[in-house]
Amino acid sequence: MTEMMLDIRNLKVSIPTERGTLNAVRGVDLQIARGETLCLVGESGCGKSLTATSIMGLLPRYARVTTDRFDMAGQDLTGKTAAKLAKLRGRDVAMIFQDPTSALNPTLTIGRQLTEGVMRHEKLSRSAAEARAIEMLDRVGIANPAARLTQYPHGFSGGQRQRIMIASALMGRPKLLIADEPTTALDVTIQAQILTLLGELQADLGLSLLLITHDLGVVAAIATDVAVMYAGRIAERAPARDLFAAPQHPYTKGLLAAIPVPGVTPRGSALPAIPGRVPGLIGTMQGCAFRDRCAIAAPECANDPVPRIEAGQGRFVECTKAEVTA
Amino acid sequence: MLSFISKRLLVALLVCLTVSALSFGLMFVSGDPAIAIAGSGGRAEDAEAIRQAYGFDRPLIVQYLDWIGSALTGNLGQSIYFNVPVTEIIGNRAGVTLTLGFISFLVALVIAVPLGVAAALRPNGWIDRIALVIAVSGQAIPSFWLGLMAIVVFGVWYGWVPISGADTWQGYILPVIVLSYYAIPELMRITRSGMIDVLATDYVRAARAKGLPMHLVISRHALRNAVLPLVSLAAVQLGQLLSGSIVIESVFALNGLGRLAWESLLRSDLPVVQAIILILSLLYVVLTTLADILNAVLDPRLRGGS
Amino acid sequence: METTRPSVWRKMRGNTGALIGGTLLLLIILIAVLAPLLAPHDPIAQDLTRRLLPPFWHDRAVPEHLLGTDHLGRDYLSRLIYGARVSLGVGLGVILVSGTIGITLGLIAGYFGGWIDMVISFAITTRLSLPIVLVALAAVALGGASLTTLITVLGFLLWDRFAVVTRAAAQSLRHQEFILGLRAIGASRARILFLEILPNMRATILVVVSLEVANVILLEAALSFLGLGVRPPTPSWGLMISEGRDNILFDPWLIALPGSALCLLVLAVNLFGDGMRDITGPARK
Repeated sequence: MTEMMLDIRNLKVSIPTERGTLNAVRGVDLQIARGETLCLVGESGCGKSLTATSIMGLLPRYARVTTDRFDMAGQDLTGKTAAKLAKLRGRDVAMIFQDPTSALNPTLTIGRQLTEGVMRHEKLSRSAAEARAIEMLDRVGIANPAARLTQYPHGFSGGQRQRIMIASALMGRPKLLIADEPTTALDVTIQAQILTLLGELQADLGLSLLLITHDLGVVAAIATDVAVMYAGRIAERAPARDLFAAPQHPYTKGLLAAIPVPGVTPRGSALPAIPGRVPGLIGTMQGCAFRDRCAIAAPECANDPVPRIEAGQGRFVECTKAEVTA
Repeated sequence: MLSFISKRLLVALLVCLTVSALSFGLMFVSGDPAIAIAGSGGRAEDAEAIRQAYGFDRPLIVQYLDWIGSALTGNLGQSIYFNVPVTEIIGNRAGVTLTLGFISFLVALVIAVPLGVAAALRPNGWIDRIALVIAVSGQAIPSFWLGLMAIVVFGVWYGWVPISGADTWQGYILPVIVLSYYAIPELMRITRSGMIDVLATDYVRAARAKGLPMHLVISRHALRNAVLPLVSLAAVQLGQLLSGSIVIESVFALNGLGRLAWESLLRSDLPVVQAIILILSLLYVVLTTLADILNAVLDPRLRGGS
Repeated sequence: METTRPSVWRKMRGNTGALIGGTLLLLIILIAVLAPLLAPHDPIAQDLTRRLLPPFWHDRAVPEHLLGTDHLGRDYLSRLIYGARVSLGVGLGVILVSGTIGITLGLIAGYFGGWIDMVISFAITTRLSLPIVLVALAAVALGGASLTTLITVLGFLLWDRFAVVTRAAAQSLRHQEFILGLRAIGASRARILFLEILPNMRATILVVVSLEVANVILLEAALSFLGLGVRPPTPSWGLMISEGRDNILFDPWLIALPGSALCLLVLAVNLFGDGMRDITGPARK
């Protein structure tokens, strides 16, 4: 049995709003083994960012988060206080954000932002912390790192800033790295570079990576495992190879059909879109959330709970109609 | 950075020149200053004599250049009423206004900023509610009326503080409270909204993701960025406190610049009024320019290419 | 997060605030308009035999003067009612002048940019550096205290916020597609400015109007209090506070009543304005 870097069961996040309680995450299970890259995919608003943010304990105060089990980086955090989780941040667990422009403080130097965490956590001297910052900047491909420590973020391009964010996340030598759509805000050519970098770092450092994305191209490039999220739940989880080869959930099939495959999809042909809209998440929900948009929906899809069909190691699908061949 | 500052200084200089022309011209827009001095019931000969004595018969531009020329050498003319140099009278009176303005400003900052931060940390919380009441009431209550009511309650009914004058430090208590109450709402609002905006940014989340304790996140990452808009506003507010204390000085019978300006207006002592308007405007220009420079120092993005 | 809980501020100054403020404001406007019908006495008629009568909660109160009389024996309730006319009238008059100046300047500066914008921005900076109360006092003193002078002077002094806000709005609107489209089909500049861009700023301008009305009402009161605003015997609340000042030791209600009226009116305008700002969207500055 491989060591789990993240094992979370039945994660629920709800947010009180004027129109009622928004149940944004409705019972999510996630396991990430050491050295594994799990991609959490889904359309915007499906709760994937909230899931990541709640794992880091960075949700606003008024958000309610509950879990049945929460193990992270070898620590049991089930039912523990926020302070306990806070102790892991910047050490065993680190996070990078979608928009590197806004994730770096414009009024502090790069050096300060890279070193402030470890100087506190590991009681490193300034020079030792700066030495590590230079090492990390070098590692993520920032040229002439020593000279750049005294510069402010506005002097860097978007791609460079995301590299700096990654360096910053690596400063505390984390075991688990959570990346929330790290390439979405970047130019297409830069996206590939950042993904390649993440992949290399993951392999070199033996990181476990939780990558949030809505881009299946990203998934194909980097994932070892994939979890497809829909309306606050994981609809299907599978090793990346299996998922692309044989998607089981109708929603996954729809998503995959919507990406052009070079050489297969005729040029200029319209991509099939999934009809219908994502359901509202306010209040409780009965049965399968996807059934209104599902081509193979049947009356029993309205029943609770939706059966989860396990199909071998690390693979399951939540669908009444799915026929899984293990 | 240097080019930014020099540009800013150039604008400040131009504003000063324009303001000086305006405060000079103000005395002429609404009629003949000689008649204003002589009084509307004054005889024509008197007005003519005044016109000659003060050189009002010369072309306006000559008078202006003359005035601005001597102003540059520190001579703002003679008071018509006291017949002594304007600078001397103003020098005697400026202390009260500056003391009142600066103390009120400090008091307002010391109350508004922590309250604004606390309110922003827990929107909806009880501190936020108190802050809301202070802000809403502070903006609706006229300060001169508040001053009078404070005199009635604390000076007359309770007898805690002197009801007029500033011969002792106690005389400043009520004016400072009233004036800072006037400045608090705006300062607090901008602190609160700036703080709420900053707390929602990714770099604050990133700072928390680094595992920094909340007090460091607030002081190092949030506050520093939230005060950027506050610096400009604070300069404006200080300028307004200094020039707006005219009403408060009148209420509390404090012999400051504002009261001097008011009295001078009532006795048509125009050189004094001109000089005070000029000084207060220049003060405002200096303050806002300093604030812009301070902002550039605090915010590396404004320094231009690094 | 995409979803944030509305805070007390938004709620209170949002719909509820706008509702309370709007109702209160409407009530005061009605009182001002119907003043001749509502006021029990002539607001400037003196009766020196009935001076300084106290309001109804006092023992010495007289039923026909519900809120007492001032130092010249004028009915206080009637003066308060007519005072609303002065406050609102000055507020409205000044806004008409300052709004016209400020909106025109702001539109032109924001739409044309370049050196025109530089000149107008410079004018705004210069105006902001003038000590408003003092300059207004001086101008009113020199122009002779009267309602017309007061409105003109304040109107020509308080256009800055209108200019700043419309300038910013015009800047952001000028690059929008429908404006570019109009320019492409050759619509005249005046048409684009006043018939297309201006109506798009309604909400923003409404918010500035409310802020400025409150500002003007307080300024008028302060100037009248200093004796250089509205001239006696016109019943202005600021003037009434000034006149009551000599008697605050024994009859503090003389200043308490008009001051409360002022607070109430300014509060109503502010609540309404803040509410409108929240309802009409993020015009926050």
